[in-house]
Amino acid sequence: MSAQHHAKPTPVGGPLLNAVTLTAGVLILIMAAILAVRFFYGLGSVTNLNDGYPWGIWIVVDVMIGSAFACGGFSVAMLVYIFNKQEYHPLVRPALLASLFGYTLAGVAVIIDLGRWWNVWNMYWPWSANPNSVMFEVAICITLYIIVMWIEFAPTFFEKFSMNEAKRRLSKIMFLVIALGTLLPMMHQSSLGTLWVVLGQQVHPLWQTPLVPLLFLLTAIIMGYAVVLFESCVASSAYRRSIEMHLLTPLAKVMLGVVAAYLVARLADLLWRGVIGLAFAPSLEALMFWLETACFVAPFLLIGTESQRRNPARLFVAGIVIMLGGSLLRLNGFLIGYETVIGAETSGVNFRYFPSLTEILVTVGMFSLEVLGYVIITRRFPVLPREEAHA
Amino acid sequence: MATRRDFLKGALAAGTLFGAGQTAQARETHHVPEGALGLLYDATLCVGCKACVAACKAANGNPPEFSTVDHLWDTPLDTSGYTFNIIKMYRNGTMETKDSEINGYAFMKTSCMHCADPSCVSACPVSAMTKDPVTGIVKYDPNKCIGCRYCVAACPFGIPKYQYDSPTGRIGKCELCRHRHKDGHYSACAEVCPTGATLFGKTSDLLAEAKRRLSLKPGSITTFPRGRLGEAAAPGVTWLPEPDQSYEGPVGHYQQHIYGEKEYGGTQVLKLSAVPFEKVGMPKLPPYSSAATSETIQHTLYGGLVMPIAVLAGLTFVAKRNVKPDEGDEQ
Ligand code: SF4
Ligand code: SF4
Ligand code: SF4
Repeated sequence: MSAQHHAKPTPVGGPLLNAVTLTAGVLILIMAAILAVRFFYGLGSVTNLNDGYPWGIWIVVDVMIGSAFACGGFSVAMLVYIFNKQEYHPLVRPALLASLFGYTLAGVAVIIDLGRWWNVWNMYWPWSANPNSVMFEVAICITLYIIVMWIEFAPTFFEKFSMNEAKRRLSKIMFLVIALGTLLPMMHQSSLGTLWVVLGQQVHPLWQTPLVPLLFLLTAIIMGYAVVLFESCVASSAYRRSIEMHLLTPLAKVMLGVVAAYLVARLADLLWRGVIGLAFAPSLEALMFWLETACFVAPFLLIGTESQRRNPARLFVAGIVIMLGGSLLRLNGFLIGYETVIGAETSGVNFRYFPSLTEILVTVGMFSLEVLGYVIITRRFPVLPREEAHA
Repeated sequence: MATRRDFLKGALAAGTLFGAGQTAQARETHHVPEGALGLLYDATLCVGCKACVAACKAANGNPPEFSTVDHLWDTPLDTSGYTFNIIKMYRNGTMETKDSEINGYAFMKTSCMHCADPSCVSACPVSAMTKDPVTGIVKYDPNKCIGCRYCVAACPFGIPKYQYDSPTGRIGKCELCRHRHKDGHYSACAEVCPTGATLFGKTSDLLAEAKRRLSLKPGSITTFPRGRLGEAAAPGVTWLPEPDQSYEGPVGHYQQHIYGEKEYGGTQVLKLSAVPFEKVGMPKLPPYSSAATSETIQHTLYGGLVMPIAVLAGLTFVAKRNVKPDEGDEQ
């Protein structure tokens, strides 16, 4: 197998207090204040949720999109351990870290949004469980996956605290943990899409399809790679390290392959269901559909050739565009293409939803929490490969 | 290497096959149970007095909601966490003639349809929404509900609503006044309806009554029952005795469509109207439920956990080879 000598991950070191962590800290405090209001006065006090739009950005952005951004760990681990591309090994740990935070926070975001959070134990109570519910499956898989990821990541802490015995024992069953860590996200990332199947015709036909689990699975994998591209570029510029281009260039090619598969599936589904015509209707939905599709086509223009893929700036932009495309797919199906069917003509109520400032600030706070956690861990724990790796 | 890849492919294919095998047991759309209780709402008899809206509020202990500046009367515009039933109004042109699509107006009751195959029940992760196996009433249990509002998003009629103004908000929706049944009372909305536009009874009896009305000549005179139709009740329940309240009146110019007979596999609340249902805010729905589609996908992929276990076996096998002990060390 290729590349046997990988640099051992080491802490980056450096100060924990800087402009980035300070800003993140302030944003997190603002979020905490808003959440205090939310828990004392109800969801309506800080969100624009209403009877026509029961789910807002806390669910669609923080949970659906947030967890898809957190698929880097799963996407890369799958490449390394399942498809045996050992050369990508140095990317596993940083990607896993981002995933761990992304998912843990998605879990927290769910609790914040639950209107009756103190009853959440019912989800794990066999006499209450409803296995027919897509949400039940998603919740169980995500819970298990968060646990599995902490185990996958435990060696980092074992190394930090020199717990060699624990680390050795864990390494013996690591293959099983990794297999589970691949299966679980495949299950729930696809089911996050299945969530909207039961919404029926309230979801616009450009998105309402029984194929949605496949579309969500593929885009989650793609977004996972995109996040790795994005995150590697940011980490190397922020920590002034050289970019791991020898890994990112081929990774980008793998990603393009999955994007191509996704586009074929997406188009075939629209043709097969005979709804492609709706994409040419003068509607907001059609516009959003083209924006979403453009985001998945753009990478072929940006990084379609090998030489383009050697350009870090292009990889960075392609990563962002893909992240945007996957986000739009989720946003379009759950919010923009969603409409409750209650006739506005007969009630005089026309439900609309646009997030309130406080709602947005909580989402911003969530992402700040992620950045802060990432900085602290990479500076203090052995995550990123040592610099000499590229020498 | 090749063998490993092949094994993985094999495992995935086997999983897919198992899954496909399960498709044979694809979940059919459920139908209304034998003892189903429900309502029949006949828009041509409704006079828009909203006695049912007030009675529903009282029966469920719900506070008034205001949509006018003076806050004088309970004036909800739609169902909400505190309003389980409202009468909506269709208006067209000069609004001269009742029950006329052009230059007319018409009423429509909006409350839970008690679907045969409810999306809200399929959606609810913690079984807080359940369908009674005997009466078919779709019940809500706030002690289980986690407030995820998946039922709100799922319902094709936009019925369950969450109380966003409260830190302990519940889901509010019509439960066919099941809390009144033990005292011999049936749905408050039907009990108070002066014209019998809202009628309570067994869904099969109500369907027969709806069919009878559709078969009559518009304008001819017939007898309309009021309150409750028949004696059928939930087990252990007897309705309080009631004098015969039926009266004679002209047959409406009905659309030849009993709303709820076929929609989503049927609903226990049925509706008749002279104005096309889509115009009065009732969505055009297929005869199969989205709960059946959703559950078929879930059961195909996860039925008996066959597919996940097959895939996990494949993944474990491959991972075992690829995660070397020394490397696991490094990992
Ligand atoms: S109308 Fe809506 S709330 Fe009522 S049973 Fe049907 S899906 Fe559930
Ligand atoms: S809001 Fe409550 S009743 Fe509705 S789906 Fe969620 S847990 Fe079930
Ligand atoms: S049955 Fe009871 S709860 Fe339901 S609409 Fe009628 S009065 Fe309201």
